[in-house]
Amino acid sequence: MEPALQVKNITVQYGGFTALDHVDLSIEQHTTLGLVGESGSGKSTLARVIAGLITPDEGEIWLGSQPLKKKRSREQRKNVQMIFQNPDASLNPKHSIRQILSEALLFHRIVERRQVEQRCKELLARVHIEEGALDRYPHEFSGGQRQRIAIARALSVEPSLLIADEPTSALDVSVQLSVLELFHTLKEELNLTMMFISHDLGVIHAISDNVAVMRQGRLVEVNSKSKFFARPETDYSRELLSAVPRIPTSSRSGGSYEQRI
Amino acid sequence: MASNTVLQVEALSLATKSKKLVDNVSFSLGKGESLGLVGESGSGKSLTLRAVLGLLPRGIEQTGGVIKSDVRSAMVFQDPRGALDPLCPVVAQVAEVIYYRQKVGRKASRIQALELLEMLGLPDSLKRLDRYPSQLSGGQCQRIVIAMALACKPGILLCDEPTTALDVTVQRQIIETITSLQRELGFAMVFVTHNLAIAAALCSKLCVMKEGQIVEHDDTLSLLQNPTNPYTRMLLDSVLPLPELEGSEQ
Repeated sequence: MEPALQVKNITVQYGGFTALDHVDLSIEQHTTLGLVGESGSGKSTLARVIAGLITPDEGEIWLGSQPLKKKRSREQRKNVQMIFQNPDASLNPKHSIRQILSEALLFHRIVERRQVEQRCKELLARVHIEEGALDRYPHEFSGGQRQRIAIARALSVEPSLLIADEPTSALDVSVQLSVLELFHTLKEELNLTMMFISHDLGVIHAISDNVAVMRQGRLVEVNSKSKFFARPETDYSRELLSAVPRIPTSSRSGGSYEQRI
Repeated sequence: MASNTVLQVEALSLATKSKKLVDNVSFSLGKGESLGLVGESGSGKSLTLRAVLGLLPRGIEQTGGVIKSDVRSAMVFQDPRGALDPLCPVVAQVAEVIYYRQKVGRKASRIQALELLEMLGLPDSLKRLDRYPSQLSGGQCQRIVIAMALACKPGILLCDEPTTALDVTVQRQIIETITSLQRELGFAMVFVTHNLAIAAALCSKLCVMKEGQIVEHDDTLSLLQNPTNPYTRMLLDSVLPLPELEGSEQ
């Protein structure tokens, strides 16, 4: 089976700065690729290139058997959806949840106008938000709920690739856990192909099948999840993994500073 | 107040006109000790910290309790870029704090500022050419903010999620920097974070806050090993597990 997405030799430059340096990457159908790296490593730029928000200077992108050009058809745009880090900024504060969800449904002609209401309710149920939410506005919801609404909107047009750019970074840890669980069930139920970007390796471990590591615009490692977390191939990946703070389990750690008498 | 206690907070309550935000919070901090305040957003941990500093946001008032402290405190904020003046070069910013706080001359304050920055591991090139915050990375900006806090020679360093906006590798560097500075200078610390793992690495005592109240407090290890409060347990469960690296020291 051909990969769901192939990124071939992509280069992006901002002025003189090379944000992406000849990146090659592919995502298999129905798998989740976790993309990690520090800030400035080009993760988000790659996501934006794939979503068609930035035109690369070089290289090409294939979605299934179709090349994605600079000018994309409505169908191609529909097929790649993106969820952003900050749900406050990605939801229009002056639109009710009904407007937010139905706009995409109508624009991409997913359902007929008279079925929109029903579909919106189904979408909200899918992300565990009650249907009474339709007439409310984004500010009436908590951060986690807003992110769920953004997820519902992205899924509403039945994309073949979902890009999630740090979708849980702005959320509390417990909320993060519930959003990750949501991603998990959605992944199982809808057989999603997903690119999940995060700088948090715990999150990547919870959601991905494969892991790709970026550094300074280059892809330094692509590996399966189990291999990456146990035996990373590059020193940089090892450095990233060992920098994650862990809950101390032995009695020798915990409060590295000894109290003075 | 016991002789080696540098900060004592007794039954602190903070509120706006209509809403109670922090309710009956008490803790004490000994000399050189570090205390972690852990909780999610809206739990009142940052407000408690701001009350200690005496820098409550407008509209929020202290409605009860006392804060006793006989040493200076200084704060490190979450967003380093927001805490720095974007129009003033960084060495000049640190020097300014030293000039006013320690009442030394302009030249001497600049020398001291450079010493401080060297201690924090900032690039040597700053000695020749001062740079603006926008020309430094997030981790470097946070080091500058820490330098400014330390320039006040504080007895207590208040840290409000100083590593949340940073990458993991930078986060580790900052945590290591703070730990070694604390060992060297012996200041006490209150560390606010939502990440239990970071709090556990830095602090010997932890207070877990929820909706303006301390729901559980204990020594770090016993709290992590035997959490009695369901909220603490929930926070612990939210820390995403990572498998052990093969060939690591642990």
